[in-house]
Amino acid sequence: MANITDLTLAALRDALKAKKVSSLEATDAYLANIDKAKDLNAFVVVTADKARAMAKASDARIAKGEGGPIEGAPLGIKDLFCTEGVQTTAGSHILEGFVPTYESSVSANLWREGAVMLGKLNMDEFAMGSSNETSYFGPVINPWRAKGGNAPLTPGGSSGGSSTSVAAHLCAAATATDTGGSIRQPASLTATVGVKPTYGRCSRWGIVAFASSLDQAGPIARDTRDAAIMLRSMAGFDTKDSTSVNRPVPDYEKSLGASVKGLRIGVPKEYRIDGMPAEIEKLWADGIKWMKDAGCEIVDISLPLTKYALPVYYIVAPAEASSNLARYDGVRYGHRAKEFTDVHSMYANSRAEGFGKEVQRRIMIGTYVLSAGYYDAYYLRAQKVRKRILDEFNDAFKKVDLILTPSAPSAAFALGEKSNDPVQMYLNDVFTVTANLAGLPGASVPAGLDAKGLPLGLQLIAKPFDEETMFKGMYALEQAANFKAQPEKWWG
Amino acid sequence: MSVDKETVRKVAKLARLAVPEERLEPLTAELNGILKWIEQLNEVDVAGVDPMTSTVDMKLPMREDVLQSGPTGGGQPDNVVANAPRTEDHFFVVPKVVE
Repeated sequence: MANITDLTLAALRDALKAKKVSSLEATDAYLANIDKAKDLNAFVVVTADKARAMAKASDARIAKGEGGPIEGAPLGIKDLFCTEGVQTTAGSHILEGFVPTYESSVSANLWREGAVMLGKLNMDEFAMGSSNETSYFGPVINPWRAKGGNAPLTPGGSSGGSSTSVAAHLCAAATATDTGGSIRQPASLTATVGVKPTYGRCSRWGIVAFASSLDQAGPIARDTRDAAIMLRSMAGFDTKDSTSVNRPVPDYEKSLGASVKGLRIGVPKEYRIDGMPAEIEKLWADGIKWMKDAGCEIVDISLPLTKYALPVYYIVAPAEASSNLARYDGVRYGHRAKEFTDVHSMYANSRAEGFGKEVQRRIMIGTYVLSAGYYDAYYLRAQKVRKRILDEFNDAFKKVDLILTPSAPSAAFALGEKSNDPVQMYLNDVFTVTANLAGLPGASVPAGLDAKGLPLGLQLIAKPFDEETMFKGMYALEQAANFKAQPEKWWG
Repeated sequence: MSVDKETVRKVAKLARLAVPEERLEPLTAELNGILKWIEQLNEVDVAGVDPMTSTVDMKLPMREDVLQSGPTGGGQPDNVVANAPRTEDHFFVVPKVVE
């Protein structure tokens, strides 16, 4: 086989099953790619020995005619998923050296299905960021560069290690998580496919918690089929997560290629925001035309509260984060300061040393909006607006089956470009955050390049637990967009 | 609403974050920037709206009140203290709290 790492997950799966290639060969090929891609800084830890051992076990199962649906496929795991015996940091100094004694349910599902772990992927600290610059381990670099330029660009965030490693073929596919857009925005910036399923579809157990009512795991993959394969293996009911939903997991791959004729596609006028690049407007119009040509009915809809979604998010998410991150006290796990005078200064110094600037900022906001006298004005009001946003989506979904929007308000931007203004950085999630607030499934599919040759994605949002219709629509978009561009290889 | 330096000091104490004196002013400005942006929520009419309490419409599942097996179960003190910065005989060691 010419180059194993150029195969999609689906093609690799088939080649492994047909014994045209072994899992060990595929694993070694990916480890070689990872070794040459240190400049991208996509991995916090590479688990080469574990990967080879898992690959050999997979090959033995395949030889006996056994094995799961993705037997032998080498994957990258976002460093937010606890992995037994392998350091899990959430991109934070406070968890440096933390080695879980248990495995997250989502990653355990993947190993049960036969997957091989290549290592842990870099990310924004505690998934708080849209550019990967808040990682304690340094930013991940996007394999894509602007035409004629060599400035390092962001791969998006928080799942930047996931998006970069998939785009640069450092793994067959990757796990990711999405609290406000952390799967879909990085996917959009790297020409990969990112799927955030319905809240409750994937178990949150063993995923380092950021904002529990918004966090949801999903895949970043090379195309829609690969994302469908990944989600099926990641999802499933789990009694250890009380918000996990007990429903059978469909074989999403079966939805691909199904006719989208007659599907009603909603186009919300409020997603046409001020200052949006003309190229993104144009791409959105292309997407609308593609779906129309495929036989869909285009329906203009209105979601007037869209502009309030981000402010709601920046109350609810920090509030939940300030509570979730209270557990980092330097006592049970994580960093403990060397200098302190009593137990209180031990807590405060450990946390100040262990958390980065953005995480501390969000803990402060969260603590403030939950504090006595402010709770009603901020948190309670935000949860009421959030309810109205949910109602607005429910009404819209009486008229449409899917909603089509751009995935992100810009293409990949330079490192440092937005890192000094928190609110500017937060605006990256303007199109994605609504689906988190309402618990809806959303996905980004690569759809075109801007004038600088940088990828742009389109987003589909679906009804709760209707990922199948979403995959149907994604596949139709992907077919019409016929996006084939690859980043020019400058690393390694 | 905006916060002043003393409020920021108080919030930092509540959040158990040691904020150096010279960081208080800049942090106050950063937080006010964010709070000002958040305050556009005051434009939204929320009269008679119940706050959202659950993302997915479902009843919280109940289970038998018995010890679970596996990683959420009991009887694994080694695992519980495995990542603690300081332990002694399966206890977490902290600075003296009671005089």
